Amino acid sequence: MTQSFRLENVGLINRNKKLSFKFNGKVYYGYEGDTLASALIANGVHLVGRSFKYHRPRGFFGAGVDEPYAIVQLYRNGETEPNIKATEQELFEGLEATSVNCWPSVNFDIGAINNFLKIFLPAGFYYKTFMWPKSFWFKVYEPFIRKAAGLGVASTKHDKERYEHKYEYCDLLIAGSGPSGLASAYAAAKNGARVILAEDKSRFGGTLLTSEVNIGNQSGKEWAESIISELKEMPNVIVKNRSQVFGYYDHNMLVMSERISDHLPTTKKFHPKQKLWYIRAKEVLISSGSIERPIVFGNNDTPGVMLSSAAKEYLKVYGVLVGKNPLIFTNNDSGYETAIEFQKNGINPVILDTRNDPKSEIVDEAKNLGINIKFSYVVVAAQGYKKVKSADIAKISENKEQLGAIENIKCDCICVSGFWTPTIHLASQSGNKTKFKEDIDAFVPGIPKQNETTLGAANGTYTLEETLKNSFEAGHKLSKEITKKDNKISFPNVIEKKSTVHDKFWCVPLPKGKNYKRFLDFQNDVAVSDIEIALKEGYRSIEHVKRYTTLGMATDQGKTSNLNGLQLVSKIENKVVPAVGHTTFRPPYTPVSIGAIVGREVGKHSKPTRKSPMHSWHEKNNAVFVDAGVWLRPRYYKQGNESLFEGSKREAKNVRTNVGVCDVTTLGKIDIKGPDSAEFLNRVYTNAWLKLPVGKARYGVMLREDGIVMDDGTTTRISENHYHMTTTTAQAANVLSHLEYYLQLVWPELNVNVVSTTEQWAGAAIAGPKSRELLQKLFPKSDVSNEGLPFMGYMEGDLFGVKARIFRISFSGELAYEINVESDNGNFMWEKIIEVGQEFKIQPYGTEALSTLRIEMGHVAGSELDGRTIPYDNSLEGLLSKKKDFIGKRSLNRKAFIAEDRQKVVGVVPLDKKTSIPEGSHLVKDSNAPLPNPKLGYISASCWSVEHDNPFSLAIVKDGKNMIGKKLFVMSPLKNKVIPVEIVSSHYVDPKGERVRS
Amino acid sequence: MLYIKCPHCGWRSQNEFSYGGDATVKRPELGKEVTDQEWDDFVYNRKSLRGKHWELWQHLSGCRQWIKVERDTATHEIFKTLKASEEIS
Repeated sequence: MTQSFRLENVGLINRNKKLSFKFNGKVYYGYEGDTLASALIANGVHLVGRSFKYHRPRGFFGAGVDEPYAIVQLYRNGETEPNIKATEQELFEGLEATSVNCWPSVNFDIGAINNFLKIFLPAGFYYKTFMWPKSFWFKVYEPFIRKAAGLGVASTKHDKERYEHKYEYCDLLIAGSGPSGLASAYAAAKNGARVILAEDKSRFGGTLLTSEVNIGNQSGKEWAESIISELKEMPNVIVKNRSQVFGYYDHNMLVMSERISDHLPTTKKFHPKQKLWYIRAKEVLISSGSIERPIVFGNNDTPGVMLSSAAKEYLKVYGVLVGKNPLIFTNNDSGYETAIEFQKNGINPVILDTRNDPKSEIVDEAKNLGINIKFSYVVVAAQGYKKVKSADIAKISENKEQLGAIENIKCDCICVSGFWTPTIHLASQSGNKTKFKEDIDAFVPGIPKQNETTLGAANGTYTLEETLKNSFEAGHKLSKEITKKDNKISFPNVIEKKSTVHDKFWCVPLPKGKNYKRFLDFQNDVAVSDIEIALKEGYRSIEHVKRYTTLGMATDQGKTSNLNGLQLVSKIENKVVPAVGHTTFRPPYTPVSIGAIVGREVGKHSKPTRKSPMHSWHEKNNAVFVDAGVWLRPRYYKQGNESLFEGSKREAKNVRTNVGVCDVTTLGKIDIKGPDSAEFLNRVYTNAWLKLPVGKARYGVMLREDGIVMDDGTTTRISENHYHMTTTTAQAANVLSHLEYYLQLVWPELNVNVVSTTEQWAGAAIAGPKSRELLQKLFPKSDVSNEGLPFMGYMEGDLFGVKARIFRISFSGELAYEINVESDNGNFMWEKIIEVGQEFKIQPYGTEALSTLRIEMGHVAGSELDGRTIPYDNSLEGLLSKKKDFIGKRSLNRKAFIAEDRQKVVGVVPLDKKTSIPEGSHLVKDSNAPLPNPKLGYISASCWSVEHDNPFSLAIVKDGKNMIGKKLFVMSPLKNKVIPVEIVSSHYVDPKGERVRS
Repeated sequence: MLYIKCPHCGWRSQNEFSYGGDATVKRPELGKEVTDQEWDDFVYNRKSLRGKHWELWQHLSGCRQWIKVERDTATHEIFKTLKASEEIS
């Protein structure tokens, strides 16, 4: 197919580079510099999709970000992306796109039957109809609606592209590179300010690219080009095209998405596809311009009906005619500019102006060119299904209520201009309370809340001269305050055609006996009649009307529909528009890809991965890893085809019979120094710390102020004023903040310093009856006998030339030691332990065996210390000092905490000694009791006891101290299990704790 | 994202800080007898006020100092920041 709607010698496209692309499987040609939309229109394609609700044919309505119709599924470099606006997507060689929301094809869409049934689909239809019978929702309605509705399809494949985030700071961020953006950027940059100028489109200049104006001795377009090229050369300026500032957040932080590679067939090596910029600006200049709004009339969604400004842009930028027999329908002078462009290119348009013979330079020019103008005329309805074929037009009375006789006029497109709506989204997002400007019938920013200034058309200023003057001044004034410089730019002379006032007419009345759909929201199919129904049903607040009818809730966020919706509500309600108010503008201004939001934080990069110095040894020895917070820890070391259950059992058993070694580097470690350290620990922990001798460790429990257990661990007195605290892996960071809080804010008089040393020390626990023999071989020069290094003792040793700390502490309940060396020596230590341990049948053990050992020993850990339990619940009440005060003590006498039947940790064994008990199951007295079955407690941790060779669990149970020996039931509705169990002591192995002291 | 002036490090973005609640709450002295009401007021009872609020933030990914910040809870405007050792005036 040839590009039969392409003009010769008009436009900014590169005709030397022809590009081929596919739409719905068919090959077309366009040029470099085209958008997918302009290239399709050049080929005469106007049917691009189907509407959301009625599946009515959809064409093109705009030429940019405001586009409600032309949404496509894009295929690029083996990836697919949904809901891309054809008006924004730049053409590249080999581009492929398909229509969305149509089945089986855009030309024949079964869903279009909704269009003929539309009497059944009024506002709130889904709310009203699909509510009954209730059981139908999931089975019948929901799947059907899902298939029939919906836009594009998200890819389920991993996205190969790279997305980046960038943080930037500047004096002035300028959003939009139209006349006001360019002028203010230029003035500020020349005055030494650090400026970022962002343009959403690929070309800078905004309306200067399409208007017939002169600035100085240049055309508007030439002036824009010269300013941009000068700005690009300045070291204090960042100029970015294809970059949308989409969100204005607190404290002048704005977020911008830069589409770096979307316009290329493939992303260049080492380039991201998109980049998200977080910009902290001292001042923000909003120069986002305005969007033309439509006039509402019958069948105004027919392909071929589009904004007059879009028609002009397609012609002047892309050299494309949206039609060869255009009808221009306008209430202001802008429509004339489009008509004049058509006329100049040999196309004879007809103008319908709702006004009665307005007088202005532009109107005069159109008259002089001999354009056919019909004053006080309106389009009543577009005719044609997949494309406009003609228009029903009529004269309209002075009061705009009576229509004259309907005439039919042939046309192949209807270009509509209902005047201009300032793009105030960014100002509104920043918290600016907008105000209604009567003369332009639209909202403009009011008093700024943050350091922001809105300029030009975005502020309702529609003449170039005034816009440039204000913008030069603003750029100079704001930069002067920051840079303290005073370089003024001389203001250029501006030549533009004068226009006259617009007609505040926005909706054509229905002719008698006709029931045309008159659409307000083109993507969500919200018509005038839907708003009328919503109001009849009692909806008053504009926020409610929006949600009930879905007006302005589509992916275009109502950029072309919101104001007409407000006009309608205010007319029916007999209120003025500002009294109705507008709905809240929220970021993002345009859809932002999830990839850009996520950035580089994908998969394993979503958080840091911490590995111990022994990690590579674990890898080489078949460790199966598990995530422990941000750490990767060996879960078990797989031998042959061993399962987790078999492997962990073997490892745990070896600890109980021989000796095992476990990597405990991940435990939190905090170095505490200072003369008041003992006093500080005495306040932080529940037990007494003032008399702990040097060279001894002590187990401690710390509470939050509300009495709940925060963490536990051992702390060792290394020397007089030096302690080494350990925390659980999970709570390490919180405990450090907790200590800092009390030292900095509550007890600043204490002379204590704390610092995390978690990563400075590598740790290995050696546990089992043979651990002392092994230790002696590792430290032949040290006396590690029961007398030389008693339980809870500490000494420093020489591990084959490496300085080591030896703690006699135990988590497994066996005779055990923990050896710490500086991290760099971690692997050396580990290999020595394994090497020397061979004769004692040493085996490494992972977190699963570690859990088994502590559970059967009845040692509480994270699953019991879960932020809901007090010391008593964990049988730690013996550690509560009665003689001193400590953090959280005062809370422990709360009524619930001292209740007679307070919950307590117990052991649980299945009666059959076989059935494993799922963690999280509930304990009940009677498994057949009616629901809700009163719950006595829950299983906190489960294991297979290697000592007794049967399942064993810990549970937190109401009145636990009186439950020992009772028979209860464990219920797991999730796993559909009911298990008869006996409650036993939580200390299932070595209840007297003899082994650790042996 | 808020922009907070750390009294030790200067202007930093909110994502370097963590929030720490009402800065005007005083912990009762250790060992001092307090009524249930006084203790509840210290541990639990907080005003959820609209307007100026002195609150604690910790510069977690920076100097690790706890600081006091006077912020408007409705507008997010920050009026003043103080070191932990400085009294709220």
